[in-house]
Amino acid sequence: MYRYDEFDHQVVRERVAEFSDQVARRLSGDLSEEQFRPLRLMNGVYLQLHAYMLRVAVPYGELTSGKMRRLAHIARVYDRGYGHFTTRQNIQFNWPKLSDIPAILRELAEVEMHAIQTSGNCIRNVTTDAFAGVAADEIEDPRPWAEVLRQWSTFHPEFTYLPRKFKIAISGGAQDRAATFFHDIGIRLVRAESGDVGFQIIVGGGMGRTPRVGRVLNGFVAKSEILSYLEAILRVYNLHGRRDNKYKARIKILVDALTLEGFRAEVDAEWDRIRGSVVEVPAEEVERIGAYFADPDWQALADNPPELAAARSRSAAFNGWVSANVMAHRVPGYAAVTVSLKPVGGIPGDATADQMDALADFADRYSLGALRVSKEQNIVLPFVRQDQLYALWQALVAEGLATANKGLISDIIACPGLDYCALANARSIPLAQMISERFSDIARQHDIGEVTLNISGCINACGHHHVGNIGILGVDKRGEESYQLVLGGDATQTAAIGDIAGPGFTAEGVVDAIETVIGVYLAQRQTGEPFIDTYRRIGLTPFKEAINAAR
Amino acid sequence: MSRQIVSANRLTDGLVVFRTAAGTWTERAEDARVYSVEEAEIEVAAASREGTVVVGVYAVDLEEQGSAPSRLRERIRATGPTVAYGPAAVISPRRAAGA
Ligand code: HEM
Ligand code: SF4
Repeated sequence: MYRYDEFDHQVVRERVAEFSDQVARRLSGDLSEEQFRPLRLMNGVYLQLHAYMLRVAVPYGELTSGKMRRLAHIARVYDRGYGHFTTRQNIQFNWPKLSDIPAILRELAEVEMHAIQTSGNCIRNVTTDAFAGVAADEIEDPRPWAEVLRQWSTFHPEFTYLPRKFKIAISGGAQDRAATFFHDIGIRLVRAESGDVGFQIIVGGGMGRTPRVGRVLNGFVAKSEILSYLEAILRVYNLHGRRDNKYKARIKILVDALTLEGFRAEVDAEWDRIRGSVVEVPAEEVERIGAYFADPDWQALADNPPELAAARSRSAAFNGWVSANVMAHRVPGYAAVTVSLKPVGGIPGDATADQMDALADFADRYSLGALRVSKEQNIVLPFVRQDQLYALWQALVAEGLATANKGLISDIIACPGLDYCALANARSIPLAQMISERFSDIARQHDIGEVTLNISGCINACGHHHVGNIGILGVDKRGEESYQLVLGGDATQTAAIGDIAGPGFTAEGVVDAIETVIGVYLAQRQTGEPFIDTYRRIGLTPFKEAINAAR
Repeated sequence: MSRQIVSANRLTDGLVVFRTAAGTWTERAEDARVYSVEEAEIEVAAASREGTVVVGVYAVDLEEQGSAPSRLRERIRATGPTVAYGPAAVISPRRAAGA
């Protein structure tokens, strides 16, 4: 885990002091709402449907037990006893008082947390794979680079007022678990034939009303040149990105306008100009930062210890949980555990203060104090010994946190929708609850197997509906909620934007349609074929026909 | 003839409030004064000057019959999230597991 140095502490302290003063001036009337709004947005404070919302950054999703306890404390003391973990690996509090926000930010700063880069047209909080540093398929740990990017982008004077928000994701796995093809810039660690590790740079991906799969701008950028290359991209965007129309302001629109080749030519020209002059991170600095993410002292353990095998054959429920929620670790005898925040009938991504405290305790007891927030809105315990999995599972069961549905149909990703969001057309949460109730039978979910299901309450696509294997978009149909069903999206390296299977569903109608879609899949799948592969093989038509026949 | 109520968010805590006949603000939509469209326009302009009390003052259309806002968004805004949340919504361990 990265620890603040004196400079980081000071930057955050100064920001808290500055914003506290701005809040005081707003409350006294010295600042008008027009003057204050951009200032509060720069500090993660939104005004939602019912109240203010505070978005707290969890840089690249990494938490310690101490930070998690502080989040629990804030939820309990300053909010209504819960928080919402988001697809951008952050946490949102839904009910903070403006007058309490300075105190909240002070409490966060004490544990090296803040709300910087969670809003506004800057480079947002960088996201990565929740299994960084532990995944067996990893080329290299992306977290040191995520931290380098954090330091580079925080308050970058040139890139604080971009045409629009700017999101960067970095992934180190052969499997892309960070949706790098759906960010303004996606970065993947790759190994060249020479054996050197560098970066593949993907640009212009995104969701919202103009979904785009990002495209490879450069197949290999050396580590020693990454910052100048990124600066070149951002400079071209900052200069040529549209500022007249916020719907056309993202980098994806610029890449469309210039074509990939045209955009690349601009970037290369700028890169040639600044290459060597931009301050790159020196190798020693990367090494220093890397040391914060050094391996813990692993014990020499073997995979599949007898205790684990025995417990798996004793308890079917435990066995089901292990097969869904426990991921292979690169170190023998260890496991990475996903704690599902998607109980049957629950609110995807929500956790109560008590649950956060419990998770912090479990992290201390079973995961060397470490936790991660995943973009699937779950919590990952990255360093669990396999011979302690059963004990951890029992502890999770007691807290209602042992839902064995990771990657299954009820592991639903959903935005807050019309229950909270001022921009929403339709509710997301009740729909997620209905779907998880409909598919509550865990054995049936395991039989259906891997499928992603994403819900957004409007076209901004915060719930990633464009890239769900099954996606649902809420639309406003003359003042009534209506839902559109999308199929075949894929957020991984086999990236795809879903196809529209049908508009105009009611909430009940969309749940029935999903049932129909799953029925077609089960009838058509070949042995071992997950939903997305069947979809690719047979196409949209059979699904669409079945949905229409059932309507 | 459409009728409206006047709403805003309270500056200090952001909560949704409604204009009363006494010119104060209440959290209960039922206690809001009902205006004609013309009256509401005047009231919105007046209330918007209370910049240290509220933000985002606007008029909300009511249903033809009854006193609820006509749009779903405004009904949810007036009554809160339609789902139980936080500690009140904790799912029992058994149900959570889908057992
Ligand atoms: C509740 C207040 C929120 C507001 C006002 C908001 C606003 C927006 C807007 C306007 C966009 C579209 C940007 C564009 O197309 O240029 C967007 C995209 C997005 N938001 Fe949100 N959002 C909110 C909550 C969330 C939450 C809760 C999450 C995570 C669960 C989230 C994650 C994202 C992601 C991943 C995208 C799509 C990626 C992109 O194109 O930028 N947002 N949001
Ligand atoms: S997708 Fe729309 S409804 Fe959902 S959180 Fe984003 S802006 Fe709000």
